[in-house]
Amino acid sequence: MADPLLQIKGLVIEATSYPPGEPPKTVTLVHGVDLTLERGRVLGLIGESGAGKSTIGLSAMAYGRGGVRLTGGTIHLNGREIRLADARSLRRLRGREVTYVSQSAAASFNPAKQIMEQVIETCLSHGLCSKAEAEARARGLFRKLGLPNPDTIGNRYPHQVSGGQLQRCMTAMALCPKPDLVIFDEPTTALDVTTQIDVLAAIKEAIRDTGVAALYITHDLAVVAQVADEIMVLRHGRMVELGETGQIIHRPVQDYTKALVSVRGLDHAEKPPAPPVLQVQNVTARYRGTNFDVLKNVSIDLPAGQTLAVVGESGSGKSTLARAITGLLPPSQGRITFAGRELSADLAGRTKDDLREIQMIYQMADTAMNPRQTVGTIIGRPLEFYFGLKGAERDRRVQELLDQIEMGKGFADRYPAELSGGQKQRVCIARALAAKPKLIICDEVTSALDPLVADGILKLLLALQAQEHVAYLFITHDLATVKAISDKIAVMFKGAVVRYGQKSDVLTPPFDDYTDLLLSSVPEMELGWLEQVIAHRKMESAGN
Amino acid sequence: MHPILKLVVQRIALGLLLLLAVSAVIFLGVEALPGDTAQAILGQSATPQALENLREKLGLNEPPLTRYFTWLGGVLTGDLGKSLTNGVDIAQAIGQRLGNTLFLAGCAAVIAVPLAILLGLIAARYAGRWPDKLISAVTLTTISLPEFVAAYFVIFLLTQLFPVFQPVAMVFPGMSFWAKLHAIALPVIVLVLVVLAHMMRMTRAAILNVMQSAYIETAELKGLSPMTIIWKHAFPNAIAPVVSVVMLNLAYLVVGVVVVEVVFGYNALGQYLVDHVTKRDLPVVQAVGLIFAAVYIFLNMLADIIGILANPRLRHPK
Amino acid sequence: MRMPLSALIGLVLTGTFLFIAIFAQWIAPYPLDDSSGGQWEGFSAAHWLGTDTIGRDILSRLIYGAQVTIFVALASSLLAFALGAFFGFLAAVKGGWIDQLLSRLVDLMMAIPSLIVALVMLSVLPLNLTVLILVMGILDSTRVFRLSRAVAVDIAVMDYVEAARLRGEKGGWIIFREILPNALSPLVAEFGLRFIFAVLFISTLSFLGLGIQPPLADWGGMVKENKDGLIYGKSAALLPAAAIAALAISVNLVADWILTRTSSLKGGRGG
Repeated sequence: MADPLLQIKGLVIEATSYPPGEPPKTVTLVHGVDLTLERGRVLGLIGESGAGKSTIGLSAMAYGRGGVRLTGGTIHLNGREIRLADARSLRRLRGREVTYVSQSAAASFNPAKQIMEQVIETCLSHGLCSKAEAEARARGLFRKLGLPNPDTIGNRYPHQVSGGQLQRCMTAMALCPKPDLVIFDEPTTALDVTTQIDVLAAIKEAIRDTGVAALYITHDLAVVAQVADEIMVLRHGRMVELGETGQIIHRPVQDYTKALVSVRGLDHAEKPPAPPVLQVQNVTARYRGTNFDVLKNVSIDLPAGQTLAVVGESGSGKSTLARAITGLLPPSQGRITFAGRELSADLAGRTKDDLREIQMIYQMADTAMNPRQTVGTIIGRPLEFYFGLKGAERDRRVQELLDQIEMGKGFADRYPAELSGGQKQRVCIARALAAKPKLIICDEVTSALDPLVADGILKLLLALQAQEHVAYLFITHDLATVKAISDKIAVMFKGAVVRYGQKSDVLTPPFDDYTDLLLSSVPEMELGWLEQVIAHRKMESAGN
Repeated sequence: MHPILKLVVQRIALGLLLLLAVSAVIFLGVEALPGDTAQAILGQSATPQALENLREKLGLNEPPLTRYFTWLGGVLTGDLGKSLTNGVDIAQAIGQRLGNTLFLAGCAAVIAVPLAILLGLIAARYAGRWPDKLISAVTLTTISLPEFVAAYFVIFLLTQLFPVFQPVAMVFPGMSFWAKLHAIALPVIVLVLVVLAHMMRMTRAAILNVMQSAYIETAELKGLSPMTIIWKHAFPNAIAPVVSVVMLNLAYLVVGVVVVEVVFGYNALGQYLVDHVTKRDLPVVQAVGLIFAAVYIFLNMLADIIGILANPRLRHPK
Repeated sequence: MRMPLSALIGLVLTGTFLFIAIFAQWIAPYPLDDSSGGQWEGFSAAHWLGTDTIGRDILSRLIYGAQVTIFVALASSLLAFALGAFFGFLAAVKGGWIDQLLSRLVDLMMAIPSLIVALVMLSVLPLNLTVLILVMGILDSTRVFRLSRAVAVDIAVMDYVEAARLRGEKGGWIIFREILPNALSPLVAEFGLRFIFAVLFISTLSFLGLGIQPPLADWGGMVKENKDGLIYGKSAALLPAAAIAALAISVNLVADWILTRTSSLKGGRGG
């Protein structure tokens, strides 16, 4: 039996952190992880942020990013130990035996050089083949990866192609020197969901056709289930579970894996139609100094105490709709009615009650809270501003709100920097609740959070809705979230609402083309889903 | 028109507009300040009649705007007017001195630029290690010194402790090129010291910024050698910021030269300017001020244009 | 938190300079214009640092010089700060034509080196302390303007500022409670740098004979008065030069430290 392609034993990875004003300290990122990868197999590494999955992936190239040190264990690649190898032998194997595809191809390509030059660079610098041969190989890969104009796209500069195309070019760059192993580090995470599926399919096909082995790193279990033979679940730099893909997603053993698998299972029973608290009628808007409408004739209703999910990809205008409703971007046409009164288009024209009754929660809780104010000040300010609460009375109410968001005592004196990501978002929710609003606009409030934390936030929002009878306008790009929280759905595309109604109606066929594309592009946690969708789409396009 | 050409033309137009605005500030802004040229020339004891005669003679009774346009027209045709104090034609007086100033600044630039880039590269290559720390400590000190302070330390060191140079820098027509070079060695050393520190620190920052890009990591993960990475991936992207840094610091040189010329009694534009500020000879001050401003604006414009030309996004539009 | 040695040295030296400046009249061994010594005497018990070109005690003049130099530099950097920060924040928060007007005006002022502008202005204006402080303060306010505007614009686009606007907060709360606390640390460090710049600037002007005029003593002027001695090996000019360098370096060290210290306060720098 030959050696496995990659064998990692007892890997320990450390880094030095420099907390400002304190002496530097050593933190351990990976605590003794073992990993074996046979030729031609694909291993998925999955975990939340801080799980150490990218760090482990890069260790297969004996590379530590930004001062990260591989301090213990062994890493054998093609039978040779590489953790302690010298720089010269590492240069020989990097780019030749192992290559790397990063999350952001846009940053990973040199902006000053043509794509082709960068794709074939490894072949030439390692003397693997002639320039003509390498270019032919690259063009073949461009074609295989489904890039438009495969013969000429290499002459372009990185900024001249789209993000999805560049991600495929980077895959071509990784495959061109015919390596034994490719490390894919979240290669589709930065893409829109409808782009992701095509890139994912292209990567999968290229892996299969070239027979290359791969480490596929992602935080999305449904994505990795489509490409990996085996999945390793990581948490806090330790392995939680390792198994065949089918076993992990259908019969997980560890509690943490079970939680990860079931996180998308949250479902919410739709409430019956009711009279609206918010009515947006024929709203059209554009930004100053531009000549196109970012919102085109948008009309939606949101019943009191219910949730309307506004779904769309980047550039669909969903966040702009929130700006129009809050008065930050006065519409050029149309009207917005709230709680039976018409709202002034402009923020300046709104009454204190208008402002109080519409609150907002942001995607990045980090930038939504003033880092120089304590949690007590952040939550207490609306109480003081709207209700004139002061002193002990205000503190008591702040504590009530903290209890409501399940954070308990001792937080009022802390600064945002001392809170975890989930806690920060909870404080933002408490700040919104403090105003006793009728409507809260939630702008991608769970997108920046790890799945389990996001799940907790969604459950909290649902519980608060039941208690306070507050309506949510829930803006998101994630359809699993939509299913979990909404009563009504509006699908937006290029500034217009293309589908709108009760949740059950919107999610039931027949669909319009865009909604169909969007819904079918969301990765589902089952084996063979990707092939089915691609086959289905090919059939449809052949049928047309 | 190619978009990059358009941007360059726009930048040049902006430069010219700025120069026009600056000329207005130098002329009209000074008019608006309290102070009377005629009084300045004749002193406090002048009789009203004498003041009036002088105003008439100098054309000071015309409206400022008319005089501005007369002045501007003169500047454009190379007529900078006459000195108030000695009646010498200003353009003629400036000619030879401008050459001397450019010679001094040019020599300093020829030494400082390659040296700064080299030291910047070394500091960036060994970032955080002792060569970097040493270079940074030395340059931090020189940055804290005004030009004239640095000049006197250098003079004391090289004429008293180690007497290798003369403390005055006299050049005159007919001097051989080598004799001139020897004569200006000290002022050049001072200028290099002062400019080098700024230029080197900014070069280091520009190179480090490029070296931290994701595409440099990509190149490392391709197994390329450090030299290939620097030459093929870092250099093409660092060239624009570095050239722009160099240009900005040459603009600093314009200011440094004024003081250094006074220190060494070097007969050139800077000293000419300072002398006539003391004498309150406004036409000279305005003319020389405009020349310094024009050089400064030109160098800044050049820095921007090189930045535009080196930007691949602009050179190869979508 | 431990204070780094460099910052400690800087702080002690800066403090000493300030102390000397404030109490110059009581510390200086000789009156300002006492010229009882000989020309360029060396170090002695009567004149610790020797005498200058017309026999005045150099130590006394350095002490009086500290007072004038530091006073003028402090006054002009305070003026630069008041003007620059006020208009910078105004431009950032108001935006629109106010921002455009102020920004273009500053662009124009910064299109010419400050020294050249100052020389042109001083060729017309009378040379006295008020004029010097005004000229330097106004010229230097352009840099403070750029910095405060940039910092405030960065903070003004933060979601927490938007949240405050949506709450209905007035301009005062937004500027003083949301923006200012987060802009403070870069501004404090910048104050140190502006002060150094002002010291160097006023010294240079005085050296050129266009700054502080006799009979007042200031360091740049002292270099000018004694520079001829250098040719005869008399190092009197180097003492005020060294004083300028020492003050500039020590304030630099303190400013560096303030920047790192305030940025590591609870809550970080924001964003």
